[in-house]
Amino acid sequence: MSASSNKHHLDDKAFRWITAAAASMVLIIVLGIFVELLRNSSLSMSTFGFDFLTSQKWNPAKGEFGAASSIYGTLVSTAIALIIAVPLSVVIALFLVELAPPRISAVVGQGIELLAAIPSIIYGMWGLFVLAPVLSKTVQPALGSALGGLPLFQGAPMGIGMLTAGIIIALMILPFITAVMRDVFRMVPGVVKESAYGMGATTWEVTRQVTIPYGVHGLAGAIFLGLGRAIGETMAVTFVIGNRHEISASLFAPGNSIASTLANEFTEAAEPLYRSALVELGLVLFGITFLMQIAAQLWLRRLKRKMAVAS
Amino acid sequence: MKRRSARARQLINGAVTGVSTVAALLGIGALGWIIYAVISRGAAAINWTFFTALPTPPGMPGGGLSNALLGTLYITGIAAVIGIPMGLLAGVYLAEFGQHSKLGAAVRFLSNVLMGVPSIIIGLFVYTIIVLPMGHFSGWAGGVSLAIIMLPVVARTSEDMLRLVPDSLRESALALGAPRWRTTLGVVFRAAKAGLITGIVLAVARVSGETAPLLFTALNSPYKVDSLNEPTANLTVTIFNYAMSPYEDWQTLAWGASLIIMAAVLLLTILSRLTLREKKTWS
Amino acid sequence: MLFGKRSQSRSVGTFLLVLALGITPALFGCGKGNSRARLNGAGASFPYPVYAQWAHRYHKLKGVRINYQSIGSGGGIAQIKANTVDFGASDAPLKAKDLDAAGLIQFPMVMGGVVPVINVPGVGAGKLRLSAALLTDIFLGNLKKWDDEAIVRANPGVKLPDKAINVVYRADGSGTTWIFTNYLSKISPAWKKKVGTGKAVSWPTGVGGKGNEGVAGYVKRLEGAIGYVEYAYALKNKIPHVLLQNRAGKFVAPTIETFQAAAANADWSKAPGFYMVLTDQPGAQSWPITGATFILMHKKQRDARKAKAMLQFFDWCYRYGGETARKLHYVPLPKAVVKLVQQRWRSDLRAAGKPVWK
Repeated sequence: MSASSNKHHLDDKAFRWITAAAASMVLIIVLGIFVELLRNSSLSMSTFGFDFLTSQKWNPAKGEFGAASSIYGTLVSTAIALIIAVPLSVVIALFLVELAPPRISAVVGQGIELLAAIPSIIYGMWGLFVLAPVLSKTVQPALGSALGGLPLFQGAPMGIGMLTAGIIIALMILPFITAVMRDVFRMVPGVVKESAYGMGATTWEVTRQVTIPYGVHGLAGAIFLGLGRAIGETMAVTFVIGNRHEISASLFAPGNSIASTLANEFTEAAEPLYRSALVELGLVLFGITFLMQIAAQLWLRRLKRKMAVAS
Repeated sequence: MKRRSARARQLINGAVTGVSTVAALLGIGALGWIIYAVISRGAAAINWTFFTALPTPPGMPGGGLSNALLGTLYITGIAAVIGIPMGLLAGVYLAEFGQHSKLGAAVRFLSNVLMGVPSIIIGLFVYTIIVLPMGHFSGWAGGVSLAIIMLPVVARTSEDMLRLVPDSLRESALALGAPRWRTTLGVVFRAAKAGLITGIVLAVARVSGETAPLLFTALNSPYKVDSLNEPTANLTVTIFNYAMSPYEDWQTLAWGASLIIMAAVLLLTILSRLTLREKKTWS
Repeated sequence: MLFGKRSQSRSVGTFLLVLALGITPALFGCGKGNSRARLNGAGASFPYPVYAQWAHRYHKLKGVRINYQSIGSGGGIAQIKANTVDFGASDAPLKAKDLDAAGLIQFPMVMGGVVPVINVPGVGAGKLRLSAALLTDIFLGNLKKWDDEAIVRANPGVKLPDKAINVVYRADGSGTTWIFTNYLSKISPAWKKKVGTGKAVSWPTGVGGKGNEGVAGYVKRLEGAIGYVEYAYALKNKIPHVLLQNRAGKFVAPTIETFQAAAANADWSKAPGFYMVLTDQPGAQSWPITGATFILMHKKQRDARKAKAMLQFFDWCYRYGGETARKLHYVPLPKAVVKLVQQRWRSDLRAAGKPVWK
């Protein structure tokens, strides 16, 4: 008995070690990327200093670069995408798990997973050739006449621009978030839900009070999955965002994002300063993702504390 | 909970159900629109030539994507062989051992960060560490770059799914004398199987549509794939090149290739669900 | 319960074995073409259609695999400098001192034209005449409407609508942009000062489309749009082109003949490192926005066999590729220039100290 329990002990240690090594790969890779980004952007950092973050200038011919418009575009397009995609995902996942008959749920669920496989460039083409005309002919003029007082909705309805980019990204991250949320909802043990139903709760109440709190960690994970994709999305965005290094208040105006700038300009940039500036953009994006994660962790911790108090 | 009359609660439930259904249908409708566009435009390209012929230069009819299909299979295969086991093991660590450890917290945090790194930067990273030292582009480098993209996705989704398995299951297995690894790989995995497979399928789906990393690692080639040690043909970079050309036959091929990618992921999902069902007969 | 695991691991094992067996041949490259050279090139997308056809035909003839990937001029320069490809291709030529610093030679391969295209309701192809001043004013953003006095005056007989001018440029860095902005800089000191020449510049106004296709797409869909694309794209997409005024003062249309006229008047023998820009060339028939595209190779070649194979391919293209090029709307290099190029091969390209080309 003691011999086999010793072996178990060694086995368990080895197991823990192997899995820890696998997990550490993430650490090593992220560190490696960070170091490379830092190294290759040093030229740009020493040339522009802090102004890089605030300047809107982007003049490759004269060697002047600034990240402001790209940062703005990344944040705004991601925000629009999340505002559209997250509530929609929750609702679709709810629909699939609680409301729809099992056959429909299976087929629709399948269809949603499929969308995750469509190459991002196809979303871009679809956005440019199918969605943009619809937006410019119907949706944008409607928004313009109804809410045109707000600077958000002013300007010519070209069908491309910040709003279109946000919508395309939303459609791209929707499958990811929905698929994961659906699985989270499904994994809530039937026993827990049934005891709530047994007490006379309605479907919505069970969802709100039982399912969501049980799976909040998984739901947050789903949102991060989507956020990650949204922030780094390149191909689809470059087709529809208008590619202009300029900050404008209107959602109808063209802009750009860090990822789209990289995709557009990296392969052609031959001068060292140009390349370095582009890599620095990548570093900035890295930094933004980092900061967002920190903010999210803090928020999650507060949420957990609130829930611990409530239960 | 607030005190509400039974009637009010029923009304709220009804309203939310109604809104949910409508919103769900809207969202599904938009997604269906895209699928429809891919199918309708891509179907025109699918024929025997598509699967058997090599690509021809612009303006020459009769081209197919046989090499790109094979190349994508190889490259995604390499990525899966590297990324999936590593991701699963990392997820196991995070869920089983790393809930309160410093390493666990760091890896969880950095996985989320890694998921947000644009794929083009990952491609550049692999270009620096593999392509430059090797002195040439290769299918290997392409596989590695896709594996890096898959890793955090598989790790985080498996962690989340494994954590949802109630501890009572683990404890009963351990109480029976099973070692930790048997408990995890046998019992806990089986309980979380559906979710784990979703995570894997999502990761494979995501990388099968990636273009930017392959642009810097595997590049592309119009010739047969007989070595992964040189620029390797693949569907996504081909789509990228074809979609932006002015040649209609190339554009049609681009839609066709997208349709194939979509169909392949569908097949993968169906196969994985089937093997799931098979194993259920044991328990 | 634990029995199931064994059959699971067996099926997984079998699957992995099959996968490994499938990959192994690819691993070690045991393909049939090993005795023939395999060459990799990358760079400009401008000449991609013609390079692709040349490589395809050459492969059928000689079995040599030439894999040219269109990743952009900057990419071509970067990759040849990093030695990850055998030759690079660029629309924007490198200056002699940059060539020397990197140990490269460059030579022109083929030529083509960049064409401004418009989407102005009521104005057909080849009807609108834009002088140097008008063209630059439009792209500088000084002219806001199509029925502006200056444009109307220059185009009597053309009914210009009251529509805003929407400039469309290339969002991605490109040799096409370089050629276009090079032209604008030559004809307009204001442009040169404010914007300058580059594969990517800071455009005073407009939106950016991705690739030639993106620009063509935007122009087709945005009323009042004006953009610039390679000639093949204008033709394929049937977008109306404009007439430009060349250095001799004549208004010309973009055709193979006008591209050829521009190329014929260039004096390559005086160009150091073949640095020659064909924009704004003299000659009554010359198209003002013509450009050559260049090949870049290392002076010191590592593999004599590969180097020879490369030069043999390029020689074949010069000799026999003219018809293909013309069909695709490119202009082949004049024989006199080919002679100069091959002289340069003889004098500059070495492998292990010995000249590669005799």
